[in-house]
Amino acid sequence: MTGKSIAAAAISLLALSVAFVPAPAFAARTDASIGMQLEPPNLDPTGGAAAAIDEVVYANLFEGLTRFGSDGAVLPALAESWDISEDGLVYTFHLHTGVKFHDGSAFDAEDVKFSLDRARADESTNAQKALFADIASVEVVDPATVKVTLSKPNGSFLFNMAWGDAVIVAPETAADNASKPVGTGPFSFGQWVKGDRVELERNPDYWGEPVKLEKVTFKFISDPTAAFAAMMAGDLDAYPAFPAPENLSQFAADPRFEVIIGSTEGETILAMNNKKPPLDNIKVRQAIAHAIDRQAIIDGALFGYGTPIGTHFAPHNPAYVDLTAQSAYDPEQSKALLAEAGVSDLTLSLKLPPPSYARRGGEIIAAQLREVGINTEITNVEWAQWLEDVFKGKNFDLTIVSHTEPMDIGIYARDDYYFQYGDPDFKAIMADLANATDPDKRTELLQAAQKKIADDYVNAYLFQLARAGVANAKLKGLWTNSPTPANDMTGVYWEE
Amino acid sequence: MTAYLFRRLVSLSLSLVAASLVIFLVMEVVPGDPASFMMGINADPAAVAALRQQMGLDEPLVLRYLGWVAGLLTGDFGTSYTYRVPVSELVAERVVISLPLTLYALALSTLIAFPAGILAAARRNSAADLSVMGATQLGVAIPNFWFAMILVLVFAVNLRWFSAGGFPGWEAGVFPALKALTLPAIALALPQASILARVMRSSLIDTLDEDFMRTARAKGLSRGQALWRHALRNALIPVLTILGLQFSFLLAGGIIIENVFYLPGLGRLVFQAITQRDLIVVRSVVMLLVFAVILVTFVVDLAYAAADPRLRRARR
Repeated sequence: MTGKSIAAAAISLLALSVAFVPAPAFAARTDASIGMQLEPPNLDPTGGAAAAIDEVVYANLFEGLTRFGSDGAVLPALAESWDISEDGLVYTFHLHTGVKFHDGSAFDAEDVKFSLDRARADESTNAQKALFADIASVEVVDPATVKVTLSKPNGSFLFNMAWGDAVIVAPETAADNASKPVGTGPFSFGQWVKGDRVELERNPDYWGEPVKLEKVTFKFISDPTAAFAAMMAGDLDAYPAFPAPENLSQFAADPRFEVIIGSTEGETILAMNNKKPPLDNIKVRQAIAHAIDRQAIIDGALFGYGTPIGTHFAPHNPAYVDLTAQSAYDPEQSKALLAEAGVSDLTLSLKLPPPSYARRGGEIIAAQLREVGINTEITNVEWAQWLEDVFKGKNFDLTIVSHTEPMDIGIYARDDYYFQYGDPDFKAIMADLANATDPDKRTELLQAAQKKIADDYVNAYLFQLARAGVANAKLKGLWTNSPTPANDMTGVYWEE
Repeated sequence: MTAYLFRRLVSLSLSLVAASLVIFLVMEVVPGDPASFMMGINADPAAVAALRQQMGLDEPLVLRYLGWVAGLLTGDFGTSYTYRVPVSELVAERVVISLPLTLYALALSTLIAFPAGILAAARRNSAADLSVMGATQLGVAIPNFWFAMILVLVFAVNLRWFSAGGFPGWEAGVFPALKALTLPAIALALPQASILARVMRSSLIDTLDEDFMRTARAKGLSRGQALWRHALRNALIPVLTILGLQFSFLLAGGIIIENVFYLPGLGRLVFQAITQRDLIVVRSVVMLLVFAVILVTFVVDLAYAAADPRLRRARR
């Protein structure tokens, strides 16, 4: 071997060994791995209800005219500003200019018209089609201005446009968003290894403030033990909705981690079939409500993470009324009410979907109901079975479920909804609310609605689901609360 | 041999037809509508109906069955309801993890079981035999998911030699990919190796007691020579049977280990598809697995024939 080739060999060996040395630890990291329990079925937020879709794409890949901040406030997004006509019917949106989709094509008013018209079309498969129901027409004024005319005033229109289901997509790429999402967000789609992870990359052409992270990986780890190990081994940098609350104290005791407890929009209820005897009798429903010790369920099933609620409304909302006292834990009153209703020897079916709040909570509720003389037959069901049997078939007496959509008290006005309430007076309140644009009037109506469903003991309102997560102590800027399903990575960075 | 192959082929196709019917009907009976699952509890009923129609769920049962089978025959496995990509693409992505993992685990299991089983049989009742028997007893008794968790705690959380799970993909290089599969393969291999070693040992001991072994020794062969030349080959039949069963079991049944190590394998694909009522994925993947199992059984049959010439003659 000549001297030259020896030198070359030595250099290539050196290069090889350098290639295997990990990146120096002192430079601030620019990547983050985020754990999620469920994998999104696809990445098109306009074509499915799965929360996991928004947990990957919301604010990261796709943007709407407006958006939610971490506190639930409605903020401008692709619309820089807007004017609302006196009668509340015409919204004129002024769009940001110089915005590009990830495929390089320009974003303008035509894309907004396309997206809104697509979502409200007859053949639309948008899961939240009701958000667009009041839109009468969408007109392009000029490339940077869109005029949306409503058929009737809708005080929550800007709120509706902030949902993940109302993001703006491009006509050329909309059909492929399920597997190759193209949006306007600060991150663009990298790759999706199905069953394992979705990778996002920084969008260098982003119109707004550039994000600090260069790469975000969402990893799907549903098994609680595996999630725990992945955090502990450093494979994950954060797990914002950690599946096993019992492990959180271990993370809290470890200085490498920070436990983040926030609120969600998930009102967790013991739903009752309001048309099925004897539950059609308000006294029986009231008796069930008084038989339940909310704190015992929160402590026993959720390790203390959760806020008791007395109506179907989020406690962090300014319009919330605390009505928990109206259905306070009182087994004696419960027994008296049952006697008054002339009901004895009652056996009710209790169908429990998979989440632990339902499965664990269900066992506790069954024990509490037994105390007042109500027997339950517990059936554990899968989600698909729950949807078919309980939600669609209304074949149940009691079930536990968390309603995670923001501001969803309107479901109580639906005639054919699974708990079968649809009270005319309540519907009237909701109709007034839809027409009200004055903030004070809206608050008043929302409070009236909360009181109405509490007075009617439609369901037993249990607690607001907490969002309990864990993150590397050096990773900053994650959302604490979850006003909408999202893992907004736009403000996330590593502390040096 | 041709007649034998033909008969096997006919029974193979009949099994496949029967399996396709059972798989299709079972998934039909299971309650749950894929469209309403996808749209959630706040969905507009009109939008759910529109989706059902787009997915072709409103067509009659017989038409859907025939359409599915016709698709299978032409290599078209349909399009996943939830992922909205061809099932064949999904399967291809998963097989490149499940198959290597299965082979890796099987190789490990064989590498451990053969020497251990042979050693134990050759030195019956020795200390070596007792320790092999004790260790394999433990290996059979320990649930593999628990063993997997212990492996994660020791090698990922404490020692940090391995990732706690996940798969970087083969494009990241053969070494990182194999490294990611190592802990799962060990967890899968240990119970299988224990079973295999015990089968190997008892089968070999039975063979060693046969008359022809005495004859071999009488011819002047040493114990070791007789074992290698005559006993081992005869003892292989039950071992091959177990190996064939283990292959099918590992390919389809790695699901728990896949969950512990969050590996995107076939088992997890089916599991996820069942909960999401992605019927087309469940049906097509289960059908493929049935096909794989039938194929493996067939190959094992051929291997018997290779190991035992008498079987070849008997079947002709």
